Amino acid sequence: MEGSADGSLLDICDVSKVFSIRQGLSVTHLAAVDKARLRLQSARPEVCAIAGESGSGKTTLASMILGLQQPTSGIIRFKGRDTTKLTGRERRQWFMREVQAVFQDPFATFSPLKRIDSYLYETALNYKVVDRAHVDRHIDEALSAVGLSLREVKGRYPNELSGGQVQRVSIARALITNPSLLVADEPVSMLDASLRMSIVNLFLELRNRKGVSVVYITHDLSTAYYVADSIAIMLRGWIVEVGPVEHVLGNPLHPYTQTLKQSVPEADPAKRWREEISLATMEWEEFRRRGCKFAGRCPSALGRCRREEPGSYTVAGRKVRCFLYEGDGRSEA
Amino acid sequence: MHIVADVQDLRAHYVTRAYGIQRTVKAVEGVSLQVRQGEIYGIVGESGCGKSTLLKVLMGEATPPLVVLGGSVRYSFGNQDYYPLSMTERELGRVRWQEVSYIPQGSMHLLNPVQRVRDTFRDFVSAHRPMRKAEIDDMVRGYVRHLGLPEQALSAFPHQLSGGMRQRVTIALATILSPKLVLADEPTTALDVVVQRGVLQLLKQIRESSGSTLVMATHDMGVQANLADRVAVLYAGKVVEEADTETVFRDPLHPYTQHLIRSLPKMGDKSQRISIPGNPPALDNPPPGCRFHPRCPVAREACKYEDPPLVEVAPGRRVACSLAVGRSAHGR
Repeated sequence: MEGSADGSLLDICDVSKVFSIRQGLSVTHLAAVDKARLRLQSARPEVCAIAGESGSGKTTLASMILGLQQPTSGIIRFKGRDTTKLTGRERRQWFMREVQAVFQDPFATFSPLKRIDSYLYETALNYKVVDRAHVDRHIDEALSAVGLSLREVKGRYPNELSGGQVQRVSIARALITNPSLLVADEPVSMLDASLRMSIVNLFLELRNRKGVSVVYITHDLSTAYYVADSIAIMLRGWIVEVGPVEHVLGNPLHPYTQTLKQSVPEADPAKRWREEISLATMEWEEFRRRGCKFAGRCPSALGRCRREEPGSYTVAGRKVRCFLYEGDGRSEA
Repeated sequence: MHIVADVQDLRAHYVTRAYGIQRTVKAVEGVSLQVRQGEIYGIVGESGCGKSTLLKVLMGEATPPLVVLGGSVRYSFGNQDYYPLSMTERELGRVRWQEVSYIPQGSMHLLNPVQRVRDTFRDFVSAHRPMRKAEIDDMVRGYVRHLGLPEQALSAFPHQLSGGMRQRVTIALATILSPKLVLADEPTTALDVVVQRGVLQLLKQIRESSGSTLVMATHDMGVQANLADRVAVLYAGKVVEEADTETVFRDPLHPYTQHLIRSLPKMGDKSQRISIPGNPPALDNPPPGCRFHPRCPVAREACKYEDPPLVEVAPGRRVACSLAVGRSAHGR
């Protein structure tokens, strides 16, 4: 497998994205993503979940990975190459084949006025993945990987298929170029519970059978736990905790991850919530907060949390951005 | 036990006519249920199973193309009974919001975007109560403080509030006239988990402090398990199972409920989950017999023709499946 010298498939290195918001003469800067660091290995394909609330910067990070937005600072390397410095030609012929996207709303992905199979043909022919003679077979293979066949979707419009089927076609379209990385932004949040697991299982199958790595962006921690190998928890632009999913969600260390985990409603009446929680009153304020972004809601906030930004500390197999773990190698209690 | 809402054999269809072709979507088909005073009654089902239609009919909001074809709805609050299906618009206006309140789906988008939240509250209260502006302001401020929401939210425009705050403000609006029955349609969909928890906390708090009854429709089994006292499972316009929450989650009887619960991913458990094969049926042409039989793993020949009625198999426990009824009869 081709790859970079350090064996990484995707290397996000101190990436920030700052939006400037003008109101009259004043300009406010808002860091949607603040010095994010994340790495996916190429030797072992994995599903990496990025989880967090809305407004935590998950989607901004995804669109930077896809090259749809340029980072304000920092470098994103894909297979060792800086994706911000690709020429237009390299981007089209190499990068966009290797990295493909699946979006949230399957019905917004496809135009209702176009036949759904036309997207599959366009992708296959425009990227010159196959020639015209073999295009049908190639598309059929991509569709069979998601449990459909060309016969089922040929000539159909999106409204003739169910939401689950359209989302499968959307994944099949992404698979046509034989990518090594799939970026899926909330791919199941619009689907019904009974169909959700079939899509999530599909990602596992792609990882196991085709060796495709997946960046799975979600706010649903239960499916993240089920499908992901590693997970990054985001809060207001920061990655506050990142590591193997069993560690991060099994025994969360960052107070925000703990709050997040306890707030997932479990389908078990015996595990009802007992204690109450406090919510952020104004989102705006958390983005501009000095020091730790979670300090306003954190049950164990210290005085310095409101003044200084915590660094990232390696504890118990994961990285945590919290002063509580500053003394490295602190025991997990 | 006092029954607040009594629904009997309710049938409501969407009837549309285009180019002389009539199309009927049987969204609610023979639903019977009784909501007890002070409880949280959960209605669970996938999209397109008739949850929202059912709540709309209960609210007396059935307007064409939605047509109520049969059945009855009775509200009974203390010594006063109401029959919303046979009431005039004028009569309904007196019951709506004051006795029965409704939190519609995506309600965080319902606040008037060009008005401050306070003005929306003023309009709303003055339409129902003959009060002076200053009195209304006092009442609104008092209620918002009572719910633990920040007062600044009242002087903000809706777009200045976060989704969760908007949703909590809308819930405050829907409950400020202290209704006795609150119908909530997917009150937390599209909210993040932490915010969702805060909103559910608020709903629970309102019910406890005012003694009202809450009917909550959501597809999220986790939310139901956390909040509901009793749960009704809706599939393709019919109630297929109803029991108290512990029983439904511990020992579901209907194959659909069993599948729904088994397919849920759990934290700390990575074992494989399998989703139900197939899709929910289109309601303009539902399958004959039991509406679940094409997806049912244990369907028999008879299921294709016979529509199983909702039978009480144990006290307070109803199920609409011929197999489940037989099994639970054997068990006892």
